[in-house]
Amino acid sequence: MPGKWKIRAALLLLGIIHAVIVFAGFASPYDPASQNRDLPFVPPMRVHFVDAQGHLHLRPFVCAPELRAGTFYEYTESCAQQCPLKWLVPGGKYQLAGLLSSQVHLFGVDAPARLYLLGSDNYGRDVLSRVLYGGRISVAAGLLATAISLLLGTIVGTISGFYGGWIDEGFMRLAELFAVLPWLYFLLAVRAFLPLQINPLRAFFLVVAVIGGIGWARPARLVRGIVLSAKTREYVVASRGFGASDAHILFRHVLPHTYGVLLTQAALLIPQFVLAEVTLSFFGLGLNEPLPSWGNLLAALQQYNVLVSYWWMFAPALALVILSLGYLLVADAIQEQLQTSTV
Amino acid sequence: MQFRNNYRRPQSDPGSAVCPIRAAWLVVCLLAWTPYLQAAIAPQPRQAGEELQVTDNEVGRYGGTLVVGQRSEPKTLNPVTAADVPSREVIGRLTADLIHINRATQQTEPALAKAWSASRDGRIFTLKLRRGLRFSDGQPFNGDDVVFTFQVYLDEKIHSPQRDLLIVGGKPIEVAKIDAYTVRFTLSQPYAAAERLFDSLAILPKHLLEKPYRDGHFTQAWSLNASPAEFAGLGPFRLKSYVPGQRIVLERNPYYWKADRSQNRLPYLDEIAFLFVGNEDAQALRFQAGDTDIISRVGAENYALLSKDAPSRGYELFDLGPALEYNFLLFNLNDLKPPLDAKLKPKQSWFADLRFRRAISAAVDREAIVRLVYAGRGAPLWGNVSPSNKFWVDQSLPHPARSLDQARELLRSAGFSWRDSGQLFDPQGRPVEFSIITSSSNTQRTKMATILQDDLGKLGMNVQVVPLEFRAVLDRVFQTYDYDTAVMGLGGGDADPNPEMNVWLSSGGTHLWHLGEAKAATDWEARLDQLMQQQMVEVKYSKRKRLYDQAQEIIGQNQPCVFLGTPDILVGARKTIANFKPAILEPSTLWNVDQLYFRPQGATSAGVPR
Repeated sequence: MPGKWKIRAALLLLGIIHAVIVFAGFASPYDPASQNRDLPFVPPMRVHFVDAQGHLHLRPFVCAPELRAGTFYEYTESCAQQCPLKWLVPGGKYQLAGLLSSQVHLFGVDAPARLYLLGSDNYGRDVLSRVLYGGRISVAAGLLATAISLLLGTIVGTISGFYGGWIDEGFMRLAELFAVLPWLYFLLAVRAFLPLQINPLRAFFLVVAVIGGIGWARPARLVRGIVLSAKTREYVVASRGFGASDAHILFRHVLPHTYGVLLTQAALLIPQFVLAEVTLSFFGLGLNEPLPSWGNLLAALQQYNVLVSYWWMFAPALALVILSLGYLLVADAIQEQLQTSTV
Repeated sequence: MQFRNNYRRPQSDPGSAVCPIRAAWLVVCLLAWTPYLQAAIAPQPRQAGEELQVTDNEVGRYGGTLVVGQRSEPKTLNPVTAADVPSREVIGRLTADLIHINRATQQTEPALAKAWSASRDGRIFTLKLRRGLRFSDGQPFNGDDVVFTFQVYLDEKIHSPQRDLLIVGGKPIEVAKIDAYTVRFTLSQPYAAAERLFDSLAILPKHLLEKPYRDGHFTQAWSLNASPAEFAGLGPFRLKSYVPGQRIVLERNPYYWKADRSQNRLPYLDEIAFLFVGNEDAQALRFQAGDTDIISRVGAENYALLSKDAPSRGYELFDLGPALEYNFLLFNLNDLKPPLDAKLKPKQSWFADLRFRRAISAAVDREAIVRLVYAGRGAPLWGNVSPSNKFWVDQSLPHPARSLDQARELLRSAGFSWRDSGQLFDPQGRPVEFSIITSSSNTQRTKMATILQDDLGKLGMNVQVVPLEFRAVLDRVFQTYDYDTAVMGLGGGDADPNPEMNVWLSSGGTHLWHLGEAKAATDWEARLDQLMQQQMVEVKYSKRKRLYDQAQEIIGQNQPCVFLGTPDILVGARKTIANFKPAILEPSTLWNVDQLYFRPQGATSAGVPR
C-alpha cells in the first residue's frame, strides 16, 4: 500500500529531524553563541576523502580556511593543514535534552581548528550548530502553539456544537472574527504592546501564547461540525434516552469522532506556526541575539550584501522547508486514511 | 532614450519628431515629453560691477543632470530649522554662507564675504561682502539680507539648532550693518576660530522671508509643499520641482556668484535630482544599476560588493580614511526620578565606578569591531577624536591592548566577584545584568552591541542587546532616561573642537551620560569644563591644541563612555564625472557640486584624486 509507505517515510523523516533538534547539544559541533572572530563568513567546508597526493583516507578530513589577503571575506582552502573529522569529540558544555550535562559532541575536529560544515556567520559562529539550536526554539514554539490552539479549538468547538443556541452563535461569530484577522499584522500589533526588554524565556512564551491564541478558530469550526453531526447519530440519541450524562455522551460517543480531524489539523498547524514564529523573529519581535531561532538567523539576510554573497545563510530556510514538507506529507497520509476508513 | 525606474534623465533632444503622425499619438507623446521640452536655464552673462569668485578647478562643460540617491526624504527646505541629514544635503546646494570651510583643505575661505578682518582682541569681525550679487530669483543681495539672516537664526522663538553656536560667552553675537556691503559682528568675548562659525549658515533673502517672519510663521515657510517661486537662495542651484515620496529636482541658479578661470559662470550641471530610495542597501543597488551617479556614506559591506563590479560598470570607489565621527557605549548616569531610580540605582552604582567602566573598556575587542563591523575599513578609537583629525588628535593618548585579565583585576579591586557558574556579582551580591539599546536601522551599531555582549559575557556579565527604532533610542537617551547603556555615535560635522562643546561641557545639551547637570557632578568633569571653556577663547592654535589635548586625556582616563571605533568614509562616483574631489568632512561628495561636470562620452578619466 503506497499510502502506508508514504506515512512511514514521512514519519521517519520527522523523527530524525526532531531527534537531531532535541539533541542539538550533542548533534552540533559547537555552542551556537561561540564566536571565532578570525573566521567570519567562511563558506561550507568540503569534506575530503582523497588528499592532494591522491591518497585515499578512510577518515575524511577538511582543510583549514585561509583568508585571501586584500579581499573581503574570501577564503581559500589550505590543505597543508588537514583536520580529520572525528566521532565523539570533547567540546563546549551543553545540557542533553535539558537533563544531562555533557561535553561530548557527536562529531567535530580537534581544537583549535574549527569545523564549519554549513559555513559561518558574521561573527564566525557555526551555522550548522545555530540551525540545530534554532530549530529547538522554532519547533518547540510551533508544537506548543499548536497544542494551545487545538485545545482551545476543541473546547470551543465542542461546547458550541453540543449545546448550540446562543452559545454557538457567540462562539462562531468570535471564531469568524479571528479567522479573518490578518494574523501577521495582528501578531505585530500584539507584540508591539508588550515590553521590549523581556528575558528570553518570557519572550518565548509570549510568542507561543500569541500565536496559539490566534489560531484556534479553524479547528474550532471543524470540531463543531463533527460534534453537530455526531450528536444526532442514533446511538447518541439512544444513549441519551437511557439517561446518560452530557459528559458521558461527549467523551464516550462524540469526541472520538474528532480525533482524526484533530490529528490532520495538528500536522497542518505545526509547520504553519513554526513559520509564524520564524516570521516574528525575522522582524525582531521574537527572541533576540545571541539565542538562535530560525527567524532571527534568517534576519541576517535582510542585509543586501549577505543576501547576495553568502548563500549558506539560507540554511534555516531549507530546514524549514524540509520540516514543513514532512508534516504536510503526514497530514496528507492521515487524510487519505480517514477517507478510506469512512467509505 | 534611456528609461529609468523612477526618473528619466532629460536629454537635450526632446525626440517628439519620432512620434507617429497620428494625432492621438502625437498628443500622448507631447504630454509625455512636456516636462523635458523646456530647455535648461542658461547661465546669465557677467554684469558690470559683479564681484564673482574665480575658482581654480579644471574648466568644464555645461550640461547634464546629476542623480543622487538619498536614504530618506528631506523634512523641510528651511535652512534655519532643518536638523536632519537629507534636508541639509539639499539645502546646502540651494544656499550659500559668508565664510566657508573648504572641505578638502579643512581651512576657511572667502565666500559671500570676499574678505574679513578681526580686531586685535579677537572680538570684532568686519566682513566685506561681494558686490552686485543676486539671489536665484534675480533680486540683489546686500548687508540687509545678512542682518536679517542673523536676526532669524538668533531668534529664540525659531529654535534653530545652530543658535547655540552663535551664543558666545552667554551672549548672542551682535550684528550691525556699516554700509550696504560691510557688516560688523561683535562677540562678547574672544572666540577661537570664530570665522568657522559662519560656515553653513545660509544667507536668507530678506525680500521673501521678512513677511513670514514678521507675521510669526517663519518656521512654516519654505516647507516642502511651498512652490518653487517662493524660494530663492545664493547656492549653485535652485528648486525646480518636488514629487513627494520620489524626488527633488534642482536646476541651475543662473545668477550664481562663482566662475571658473575661463569666466564661465558655475555650475556646469543643468540639474541635480535627489531620489528618495529608502535605505543604504537601496542606495547601493541603485548606484550599482547606474540609476544614480554619486554615492556617499556607503557601508563597508556594500562597498566591497560594489567594488567587484566597479571596472565593468564604469564607476570608481574611494576609501577616504576614518571619519570624524565616534561610536561609543554610553552609560546612563543621569539623575533619575521615581519610579525609574529604584530600578536603575544598582546599575548606576556600577556605571559610576571608574574601575567598572575601565574594565569594560579593557575587555572590548576593538580590533574585532573594525574587522567584523567595518570589514577592516575603519579605525579603533580610545578617545573622542578620530585619527584623521590631524590638527586636533592627541597623538600621545595611550591605546591599551585588549586584556580580559586586566578587566577581571579591575572588577575584583572594585569588589566584584564570580560564582561557580562564572556569573559576575557586585559587592552587594547582585548579579551584573544590563541591556544595551541601539538603533535597529543601524546594522553597524547593532553588530557592535552583539560583539560587546559576547566580550562582556566573558567577564561574567549578562548583557542583552535591545535594538529599538532610532526615535525610540533618542527618546530614551534624551527624554525619559529609561535605559541602562546604549551604543551611539556622534560628531563628524567639523574638525574643530568647538562644535564638541555641547558634548563635553557638563551643562551641554548633548552631555549624554549625564544630561541637565546643574554643576559638574565630578571633579574631572569640572576640570573638563574649565579646559573646554579655555580652549574656546584661546586664539592661538598651539595653546589651544595643548588645552584640547589635556581635555582628551581626561576623557580617555575617565571613560564616561567607552569609545569603540569609527568607519572609513566610503564614496563612489561614475567615471564620467570630472572635478570629483571627495572629502572627509560632510557633505563629502557634493561639497563642490558647482564644479562637477560630465566628461564627453568616450573621454578617459583625467586624473581623479587619490
